[in-house]
Formats: sequence, structure tokens, C-alpha cells
Amino acid sequence: MTMLTETAQTKAGAEGNGSKGRDNVLLSVQDLRVWFELRRFGFGHAGYVRAVDGVTFDLHYSETIAIVGESGCGKSSLMKTILALHRPTKGDILFEGQSLNELRGREMQTYRAQVGYVQQDPYGALAPFMSIQRILEEPQIINGIRSKPERDARLRRALEEVKMSPVDDFLPKFPHMLSGGQQQRVVIARAMLLDPKLIVADEPVSMLDASVRVEILKLLRGLQEAHDLAVIYITHDLSTVRYFSERVFVMYAGKIVENSRINDLIRNPSHPYTVALLAATSDPDADNARRFRDVPPGEPPSLVNPPRGCHFHPRCARMIAGLCDVEEPPYFETEPEHLVACWVYK
Amino acid sequence: MPETTLLHVEDLKLYFRTGKGTVRAVDSVNFDLESNHAVVVLGESGCGKTSLAKALLRLLPRNVETYAGKIYLNGTDVMGFNDDEYRRQVRWRKMSMVPQAAMNALNPVLKVGDQVAEPSIIHGAMRKEEAMEQASKMFQHVGVPQDFLHRYAFELSGGMRQRVAIAMALVTWPDLIVLDEPTSALDVLTQANIFNVLKGLKGELGLSFILITHDIATSSELADSVAVMYAGQIVETGDAHRFFAEPLHPYSRKLMDSVPRLRGTQEPDFIVGQPPSLINPPTGCRFAARCPQSFSRCKEEPPTVKHDGRTVKCWLHRK
Repeated sequence: MTMLTETAQTKAGAEGNGSKGRDNVLLSVQDLRVWFELRRFGFGHAGYVRAVDGVTFDLHYSETIAIVGESGCGKSSLMKTILALHRPTKGDILFEGQSLNELRGREMQTYRAQVGYVQQDPYGALAPFMSIQRILEEPQIINGIRSKPERDARLRRALEEVKMSPVDDFLPKFPHMLSGGQQQRVVIARAMLLDPKLIVADEPVSMLDASVRVEILKLLRGLQEAHDLAVIYITHDLSTVRYFSERVFVMYAGKIVENSRINDLIRNPSHPYTVALLAATSDPDADNARRFRDVPPGEPPSLVNPPRGCHFHPRCARMIAGLCDVEEPPYFETEPEHLVACWVYK
Repeated sequence: MPETTLLHVEDLKLYFRTGKGTVRAVDSVNFDLESNHAVVVLGESGCGKTSLAKALLRLLPRNVETYAGKIYLNGTDVMGFNDDEYRRQVRWRKMSMVPQAAMNALNPVLKVGDQVAEPSIIHGAMRKEEAMEQASKMFQHVGVPQDFLHRYAFELSGGMRQRVAIAMALVTWPDLIVLDEPTSALDVLTQANIFNVLKGLKGELGLSFILITHDIATSSELADSVAVMYAGQIVETGDAHRFFAEPLHPYSRKLMDSVPRLRGTQEPDFIVGQPPSLINPPTGCRFAARCPQSFSRCKEEPPTVKHDGRTVKCWLHRK
């Protein structure tokens, strides 16, 4: 880690010193709220979908974090806001100290060039009528790399980095001629083209076969280490997180309910929701067929009218009446760098 | 065949005609399933596992070139049945299916209760009221609230839709249900819930299951035995306890090694290369090109080795 710290510090300059003597902050998400307005018959206000409701975290240079949550918990809205595809309703996102709310025109383009995006469904993410050559050339043209030889050199380097060689075999091909794993490599190569500082990977392996998943995760991990990238890995599958991230954020109904290092989370899950998630995740074991899994009753709440207090309280076995259903829990530190939003730990 | 054998599949073949040639999606598949047992068919995309499900239920597309082999259900050779007999006597009466992606399996313009009731009206010759009563009973079994009978599919969450699809497969009281990737689109907690439902049904109603999936970790939630499929063939079968403890075929081993585990420290690995095309599969062992232990003999057709109730299609296990 010492090497990573040094590079991070030279890059970051003076501002944004993290607490506890950690590396400098690349991306700072501050009390972010992303609400979508609901309309009745096309007009007339009918409430908000509170997809992201008060999320705060810092991402340091060359750090990998995972955001874990079920569908509808707001993780994709959070990701899209970080990619500047949605505007925050409240709160702010700072990238190298600069607020995304203030970026206009060219500045926004420069920002987007520094953030690579790896989509969930590689086939859907690649234009079917473009050859691999064109897919990898277009972002460079848009971002003003005029010289054709330079563009070629960059796209070759990117393809070699994702281990698509010999490169010449792949350049004239179209996405449908590639396997799922190869398509995902092209998507990763495209994300890497403009030398980003941050990669946002949205469930990058959930559409792939088991035997390929690990390969893609290892590839991403290798790129992260080789280029000192910061990575936000978004997933619903806790078992892959361990091989990829140092820190993990568990999200439920628009909020982060637990934040810790991955090994601490697996050893000592604190939030009742995290406990349930871990209990429901199986490893291959024939004994699994002999026992029923403990699953909390009910389903995640509507984000239009989330429950008062802790959003998880209607499903929680450890609910404290008069507290959990009234007041929203703050973060409690159960062990160093392990924060949990749950009244049980007060 | 022992008395407890519910399903015996022998040399089952399903080939498709395509513009590029004949695709051998299911190529001489053999396996047995005992009554009140669950067999998991494990395989990656394109290995022919969904085609196997379709071949068992005879839900075939138009471009079938070859559909042959033997399927014994409760000792009766159902391959001899013509399409009408199959529809009346086998499909949904003896054997039903929960298709992949339950949303697409449900009719968006019919209430889910009516859809669950429909098979009883058609196959069980029930009146509408009886059929609805039956449907509501099924909803109880799978844990869907009664008032959902009058809802449409879009009003239900993914987990509830999947339960409705299971209720639809259950309603005619078949002996065997084929589940095609029943939880692959669902969240972790919902997955666990669905498997709890399936385990319950297996215990209470004595059902048998064929679970078709690529997800090894969750497949162990239901498996009594395992069949591993690769490039249209079953390369290994065996009891779940012994399979998960020690897979025998090199492909099964590699596949097990590729599973990221939540507990334990084992570093996962991946399988280099890609499965062969099913149009011109290699004449020898189909995994030989990717197998770290392959040797010259693998170019010949590998033997199916049997010992202690397990079968492996590999030269390494021939003693």
C-alpha cells in the first residue's frame, strides 16, 4: 500500500485530506439525495421516489469500494448521479474538490473522460452496427484525439491490456461475433481508453457464465493495480466482493446502512439487513438442501413512502419499539472503521 | 430399473437445423431421477441445458432435425406417445415446467389467478369456481397472499411472479417439475425465499425436481444429485454430497474452482478458452481442448465410467 499512497498524494495536491491519515480524496459524495418526481396524469405533483436519500462517503485515489444492495435499493441511481447522468436533488458530489453541480460544457466532458463506465450487459452496451475498431475509436474522436496513429496506438494498447490478442483479429469484428466474456473485455477496454482515474463498474459480471466471471474480475483488479485506479464496484452478490474490494457499503432503501472493510463485514456483520444478506448467500455445500434459510419477512419498502425511522424496521427481528420506528438511526462505530446505522448499537 | 425411479432418460437427442448446419444441442443424454428427489443439471450458457428441458417436455421449435431417445416416466415409455397424447397425458399432468424469466411467462392482460386456474380447467376438466379454489390453494403452498389472485403480473414483485409461475406448474399435481433457472434474475433474499418454498414443496407434497441452472452455489440449496452438462452431453452424474465434496470430471472440478466463496479463503480460478461449437463438436472428448489433464487418448470418444453410483465421461477414471 505504501506505493499507492505515494502516487495518490502526488496526484492529489493539497486539498481534501482524508481523516485518520488516509490517502487523499478523489470523489466525495456529500449528503446526496436523488429524488424523482412522480406526476399524476402527466402533470400535478404526486410525491417523490427517494432513490438515494442522504448518502455520504469519500473515495480515495486508487481505492476500490463495493456498493452492495438489492434491486431497487438505489444503487444504480447513485451510480448514475456519480456519472453525472442524473442531477442531485440535494447534496453534492466533489471530484478532486470540484463540484459536479458547477461543471458546464467542456468541463463536464473533461470530467466524463476521467470516469470510465463498465456496463452490466455488455451486448447492450456495444452498438451492434459498429466494428470493435469503431467502438474504440469513437470516444477518442469525441474527446479530441485528432491523430489517427495515436488513436490506433491507444486502442491497441487498451485491447492488449484486456488480453484481446492478437488485436488485428478482433478489430474488424462486430459485437455479436464475440462471446459474452470478450464483449465485456471490449467494454472494459473502452472504459480504459482515455486513461480514467475512476472506473464505475455496474454489476460487470452478473450476465456472464460462472467460469468467465472470475476471469473478468481478476482482469479488472489487475487494471486497477497497474493504473492505480479508483473503482466503484456495484453488485448484489457479496461473494464476489471479497476478491475485488477493500471497503464495502451496504445499501438498503436509498441509504447506506453499513460501511466497513469487507473482511470485517463477513466476520462481524452488524446491521440486521447485512446479517440477513450474508445468511442468504450460499456456498456450494450439499447440506444446504437439508435446511431452510432464515429470510426476513416482507419485501423492501416503496421509496415513495418509506417507513419512518429506520427503513428496515418493519422487517427487523431486533426492532426496538418507540425508537426504530420513530427516529432515523445515526451511524455507530462498532469497531474501527466499521460504521452501522442501527439503534441496536447505541 | 428400480421401482423408485421416476424418470429414466436414455440416449436423448435433440438436434436443430440452422443455416450453418446441424446444432447438436442435446447429444445422447442419459440420467435417472428417483421419486421425491431433485437433480440439478449444471451447465454454462450454450451447453444445451434449456434444450434438454424442452426435449423432456416436448416443447419443440419448428426447426428440429432429430428428436430421439427414450424417456421413461414411471416406467412408461412416453417417447412413443404422439403429440396429442403427450399433451393430454404427460405435459402438465405428470411433468410441468417453470420457465426462465417468470415475467415473460405470465400473460400481462390476464389476472394471475385466472392463469393459475387455467390448467385445471383444461387438463382437470374442472369448472371455473373449482379451478379458482384450486388456484388459491396453490397460492397458499407457495406463499402468495390470497388477494393477489385478482392482480395482474405487472403489479407483482419479481419474487411474487416467480412464486405464481411455480403455482402454475403445481396446479395439476404433477410428479415432476422442471425448473429452468428459477432464480437467476432475483435478489439474494428473494432467491433464498424461493428455495425455501421449493424445499417445503418437496417435503410436503413429495415432488421431484429437475433444476436447470448455471449457479453452482444456489443449486446446492435443492440438489440430491447433480448432472454436469458440457457441450450437449452430460459429463458427470452423482450424489450431491459426494459431488460437492469432490467432483470427478476435470470440467466439474474447474467449474467448482471458479465459484467465488463467501466463507473460506480459497482463491477462485477460471477456465481458459471457450466451449466448442455444437455444429461440429470434436470427435473425442469435448472438453479436451481446455482440459489441463488431457492426453492422446482423449481424441477418442471418452468412456462413460461408472463406479459407486457415480458416472464420469473421462478417460482419467478408467482403471
